Formats: sequence, structure tokens, C-alpha cells
Amino acid sequence: MVPGQVIGDLMAAMHDRSNGLGGGFAAYGIYPEMADSYAIHVIYDRDDHRSAVEQLLSAATFLVRSERIYTRPTPGIGVAPDMWRYFVQVPPANLGGLSEEDYVVRLVMRVNMELPGSWVVSCGKNLGVFKGVGYPEDIANFFRLEEYRAYQWIGHGRFPTNTVAWWGGAHPFSLLEWSVVHNGEISSYGINRRYVEMFGYRCTLRTDTEVLVYLVDLLVRRHRLPWRLLYAILAPPFWEQIERMSDPDRRELYTALRQVYGSAMANGPFSIIIGHSRGMIGLTDRAKLRPLMAAREGFRFYLASEESAIRSVAPNLDCIWAPKAGFPAEGRLLSQGVSA
Amino acid sequence: MRNYLLPDFLVQVGEGCSACGRCARECSFGVISMESGRPVARHSRCVACARCVTFCPTGALRVVPNQVAHRHNPYWSVSLRHDLMRQAQTGGMLLAGAGNDLAYQSIWDHLLLDASQVTNPSIDPLREPMEVVTFLGAKPSALQVEARPEGTLRLAHPLPPQIRLEVPILLGAMSLGAVNLNVHRILARAAQETGTLWNCGEGGLHEELYEFGPSTVVQVASGRFGVHPRYLERAAAVEIKMGQGAKPGIGGHLPGEKVTAEIAATRMIPEGADALSPAPHHDIYSIEDLAQLVGAVKQATGFAKPVGVKIAAVHHVAAIASGAVRAGADFVTVDGFRGGTGAAPKVVRNHMGIPLELALAAVDDRLREEGIRNEVTLVASGGIRSSGDMVKALALGADAVAVGTAALVSLGCTLCQACHTGRCAWGLTTQDPKLAARQDLEEGVERVGNLIRAWATELREVLGALGINAVESLRGNRERLRAVGLDAETLAVLGVQAAGRE
Ligand code: SF4
Ligand code: SF4
Repeated sequence: MVPGQVIGDLMAAMHDRSNGLGGGFAAYGIYPEMADSYAIHVIYDRDDHRSAVEQLLSAATFLVRSERIYTRPTPGIGVAPDMWRYFVQVPPANLGGLSEEDYVVRLVMRVNMELPGSWVVSCGKNLGVFKGVGYPEDIANFFRLEEYRAYQWIGHGRFPTNTVAWWGGAHPFSLLEWSVVHNGEISSYGINRRYVEMFGYRCTLRTDTEVLVYLVDLLVRRHRLPWRLLYAILAPPFWEQIERMSDPDRRELYTALRQVYGSAMANGPFSIIIGHSRGMIGLTDRAKLRPLMAAREGFRFYLASEESAIRSVAPNLDCIWAPKAGFPAEGRLLSQGVSA
Repeated sequence: MRNYLLPDFLVQVGEGCSACGRCARECSFGVISMESGRPVARHSRCVACARCVTFCPTGALRVVPNQVAHRHNPYWSVSLRHDLMRQAQTGGMLLAGAGNDLAYQSIWDHLLLDASQVTNPSIDPLREPMEVVTFLGAKPSALQVEARPEGTLRLAHPLPPQIRLEVPILLGAMSLGAVNLNVHRILARAAQETGTLWNCGEGGLHEELYEFGPSTVVQVASGRFGVHPRYLERAAAVEIKMGQGAKPGIGGHLPGEKVTAEIAATRMIPEGADALSPAPHHDIYSIEDLAQLVGAVKQATGFAKPVGVKIAAVHHVAAIASGAVRAGADFVTVDGFRGGTGAAPKVVRNHMGIPLELALAAVDDRLREEGIRNEVTLVASGGIRSSGDMVKALALGADAVAVGTAALVSLGCTLCQACHTGRCAWGLTTQDPKLAARQDLEEGVERVGNLIRAWATELREVLGALGINAVESLRGNRERLRAVGLDAETLAVLGVQAAGRE
């Protein structure tokens, strides 16, 4: 298990990639004693918005525990919204034919859509997202991340360009076990968004990256597609490459992926990290217009925009490489605390 | 009865005229004749097709609007006054060719595209791949895969039939009868050469063009002209024509004088007989009936090719489109009120239907709300004038556009709107063999092909500027559109934000 200090230091090395308008972290494995409850992190722009969410959660779930997320005053962090975490379980009787995950997703969409001034920033089991407006290392300090130990950390520093900076708009974006951080821009956002809306997702966080996490949920969890097909949907091979595939079954499959999932293609410059409960994946757009480095040191796996960031916390790397455009770098969990 | 109508245009023979007689030979409306070695014009017949001017070797000819000092009255326009006089003289319904020319707001012209800079670098289409391939056919909403013994994956079920289009531009339906066989030859070959589809319209497919079957969409319309098993077998796709943007609610009318031996044989009707498509399909009086016909055509073609439905953009177009998809249509063509026609009652052409932009946005929205957008390819047609219109149509939600009038213009059409007279001087909407011969096959194929290639190049250029390298990321991406000068309600229907909004 890795203390939050490490990811804070790693992000500090890439200070210049942010402008102080967004920093955030996803921490996997931080709530082992509550591992079978959904940990719902919510931000409230005003305290009086809290009761509506808590009423909804009490009615729709079994609320095991709720508490304010502890923070410390930190220079560089301005006025922060109120942030709470709720550990909930879903009574089977409430499901009404839905799977437990679908039920939680609907609940989250309802909070984000219908309840004013409240946004769910994460809702997975045994994980939590901490994010806000500030430099990532200050955000880490603000949320006292050194007090958490996770088997997997994902961090992000933001330099927002297309949308306004606000606490809910910082990365990572998370839903169930998935979390996504993103360097770049999703120029296809307009259609990606309309595509996931067809399947009941609602984009409410005013940032293009949000849609990626819904795409992962839709394609991997609901459509049950293997990871490698997710990559081929987000960053598909060019037609030219598909035509050169010698195995006709493979050619047919990749053709069909583009035909059926064209609206889910993430177009534009990006490098992203997708976190899930059993590992994380780095992926770039098919022209690799954003940097991404992957590295391994013993049983630890690293992904970052810059090599320097990785080396700042792991000076004795076994190997480091730059994944090819559109090809993933995957780290898989062997058992909790050990990755390869 | 005395004719009160003044000529719309004046033909002026200027200084340099060499009296070669070319204009008299070119004019198919009987305006110019050579008298005492000089061209003389009967102005009242001139439709301003500009054929004479284009071919005059000395540049001595001018066709100018006849500027009579009618008292200016924007409400009672001159053309309205002329129509009234015409009706007073004939007591008949006014016929018109080409598309609706009234000055309704063109929403295309109020939409502007985004461009990339800094964070999302634009892409240079000359250096980077820029993909515009599009597939016509129904798609499942999710794919199922299975692992092969050696661990690789394959599709668990094959997709419904798909037709690969190298460009998202189809050549829209124009029947043999509305246009002549030469035009069909041109469209068929141009489609084949550019890797797209042309549509033979509702008048059947001439035997000679069966070899172009793999590039051909054939229509089944209310008149069932030319529909037989081989016709369906030869086609790449079949389109059931329920409506047409230029004349929603009524069928195609081809007067007997245009029904030549060729057309008679292709349509399977007697030579010289009027070919009147009934307004409705006589076997379709509800959506279930349409479902049956879609099913019947699919069965007749062995479920091997996409079967689509063409509908006119009218008030309930979204509900109708949704019904068509649920009736099994693999593609739906939405034809806007600016669509062209060989002949239509003027009152219908000018006053029925709604703009394609709004219809398209409403249809795409409705299909998404119902979660069935994936199940259909959406084709937008009816007044697409430029690659700019095309790009905006794609961004509003179309998979592809179909062009008719634009293709005719590439072949010389000057939009003189005299198609219904059957005297098209450019040899397009006429069955007169002499006039039809004015369309040279090789040159025509090159012109239409060039148009498609030019638009495809422009589409790639725009994609690059938008910072995306595949057309599927433009399709339905209204986020990349902004509007100027549209009211809030229109913006809401379009799902597009006002310019200046983030
Ligand atoms: S109808 Fe056409 S060809 Fe004839 S005079 Fe007028 S413009 Fe010239
Ligand atoms: S097709 Fe011929 S008659 Fe019709 S508008 Fe064009 S040029 Fe005029």
C-alpha cells in the first residue's frame, strides 16, 4: 500500500503542467473496512443542499455511515465547497430489476441532474476521489492525503482551457470502480455525450473528460466488451490499418467496431489514464498528440505525462517506455498491494 | 384572351454578333430565331436558362431581367402578380420545376463551425489521414464478441447488411422521366467511380444500367414503376419512397408526352401513357402497412441489402421517422422543403414541408430519445448546396447527405426552373433526344465526380480544422456548431447554442 505522499510528490514534479485551477486524486483501496459499501463522495456548493441528497440516499439505500471529508486549511486553496462521504449498501428489494451497479449509476445521475448544488464525484467501492481548484500538491495537502494508504493512486493537475474551473470539473472523473484523468481535449465530445445520453448517462460536470468515464462504464461493464476492444473503440485503428489485417475475422470485428461504435470514438489529442479496481491503463489518441510514459519498478507500475515525474518518486526503474499511439500500457493488480 | 404578361427577361443582341446562328440552335424554348441573317428574340418565352449566352462564340448576347417599372410592392411581388395573371388566363394549377425558391430563412446560413487552436491542435489533412468513410445500414446498439479457441476474438453475430461509402455524399433520387437516360448514365458512372451510390428514383432502372447495380439505390414508390425481381436483385439498396420534399403529400406525375419507348419499357407502362404515381401507396394506410412493405422487400431481396424509407420533412417528421425505423427501415432519407423536382404544383412546392435543418435535428433527437438512433442510417437531402451545408448537416446528425440539384448544376443546370416544360436546354430534364444528346457521358461523369471529390476534400479540410480525423466524430456533434441570428425556439430545436456561448 502506498501513502498519499507519493502521488503528491509525483504531481509536484509536473507543477508546470497545471495552472492552479484544478487538481485531484483517485485513491483505490482506502476504505478496506467498508469495502463492501459504495463510498459516495459528494460536493455541495452550500450546506443547505445537503439534506436533499441525504434524504434521497436514506430512502434509496442503506446508509451505513456518513461523515464530512476532513481537510486542512491550505495556502493556495480558496473557498472550498462542503464535501461529504457516505457509505451505502443497496437493499436488494430496492433494485426493481436493475443490477446493483445500474441502480447506483441512476442514483448518481439523479443527484447530479435533479438536486441543486450537489455533485457526486465518486461512488465506487473501496475508493474515493479528492479533487478541487488548486495545484495538485496543494489539493493533496488540503485533503490530508498522506493519511490515506491506497494500492493505486491516480493524480491530475489541470490547466483548463475550454471550460470554467470549478471543484466538480477537476479530474479524476469517476463512476463505480472507474476513474479517468485526461490530458488533452475530446474534440468529439459533442457526439460522445449525445451517444452516452442514449444509454441514460447525463453529463453534468461541464468538462469533456466526464464523458470518458461513462463510455468506459457503458462499454466495459454494460456491453461487456474486453478491454482491448475498448481501446479499439476510443482510439480505433485507421481504415487503412484495418484493411491490412490478414485475419478476416479480425478485419470484420474491427470494421464492425467502427461501424457500431463510431460515436464513441474519442477524437482529438489525448492521453488518459483509466483506473479500475484491478489496475490502470494508459492510452493515447491514435496520432499520439499528447505525451504518455509508462514504467515499472519491482511490483509497482507507473504512468505519467512526464518521465521526470515517475523518476522523482521511483529512481530505480526496471524499465520505462513510451506507449505507441493508440496502444495501451496496462498495469494489472496481482493481489492487493502488488502490481505488475 | 389578351395576354397581360410582360416578358420576365429580355434577350439583347449586342455589337459583336457574327450572326453565326448558334444561339438560335441552342435555345430550346423557341426564343431566338434567325431572321434576315440576324438573331431575333421572342422575349416572352425566355426562361433565362443562359444556354445561348454560354455558347455564344462572340460574347455578344445578354439576357437581362425585364425591368418594368411595376410599382414596388414587397407584399405583392411581381412574380405573384404574374402568377395571378397566368391563372386568370388559364384557370389551371400552376406547375413549377426545380426547388422552392421563396426567401424563407435558410438556417444553414445562420450556422457557423468551430475551429481548433492551442489545446486541440488542428490537423493538416495533407499530411495526416482524414477518414470520411461512411456505412449505410442498420447497426446493432451493442456488439457481442466471442473468443476463438486460440484466444483471438470474433463477432458473435454478423452485422446487418452494410454498404461502404467512400464519401458521405449520395446522389439523390431523380427518376428516368424526370431526367433522361443520359443523365442516369452519368450519375451511375460517377457514383461508381467515386465509391458512392446513386438513386434511380421511382421510374425504374434501365436495363443498360444493370451493370451499375452495386452502386445503385432503387426506389419502390407508390406507382411501383419498373419494380420487378431483377430490379430489386440488382440494386445495392432499396428505398421505399413515401414522400418527397418538393411535393410532400403528392405523387410523381410524368405526362404522356415524356413517356418515350425507353421510359415506357423501363417503367413497364404503355408508351405515351401518363405515369401518375398515386399520392399514397395504395397498400400503405398506416405504419403497420409500411412495416409489411419493408418486410416484403427485405424478404424479396433475401435480407441481403439495406432497405430504406424516404420521407418528406413535414410537421410530424420525427414521429414518422421513428415509425419508419421501428418498421424496419435500415436507412431513412429525410427530404427537406428545398428539394428539387421535375414538376410540381407551385402551391405545393412553395408552401409545404419544413426546412431540412429543423427536420433533421428533430429526427436525430427523437431517435436518440428512443434509443434507436444506431439502428438506422440517416440521410439528409433537399437543398444541400455546398460542402458547407453538408458539414452542417452531418454535425446536426446526418450520416450522409444526398444531392440532386447540386449534381444537376454541376452538369450545367442554371436553375431556370423550366424543368416541367420538358425543354431543358442543358439536356437534363428533357426527353428530347436532341437536347439529351447535349450531355456528354465522359464529361458529365467527370463533372459530377469532380463535385463529389471537391466536397470530400473540403470535408477533410474542415475535419482537420476541427481537430478530428474521422467523420464519425463530426456526425451529430452539434457542440461544434454555433448559431447567429436564430431565435431561442429554433436554437432549441436545433440543439445548437448561440455564438458566443461556451
Ligand atoms: S431561353 Fe435560354 S437559350 Fe433561349 S434565349 Fe432565353 S436564355 Fe437564351
Ligand atoms: S434542369 Fe434544366 S430546365 Fe430544370 S432548372 Fe436546370 S437548366 Fe432549367
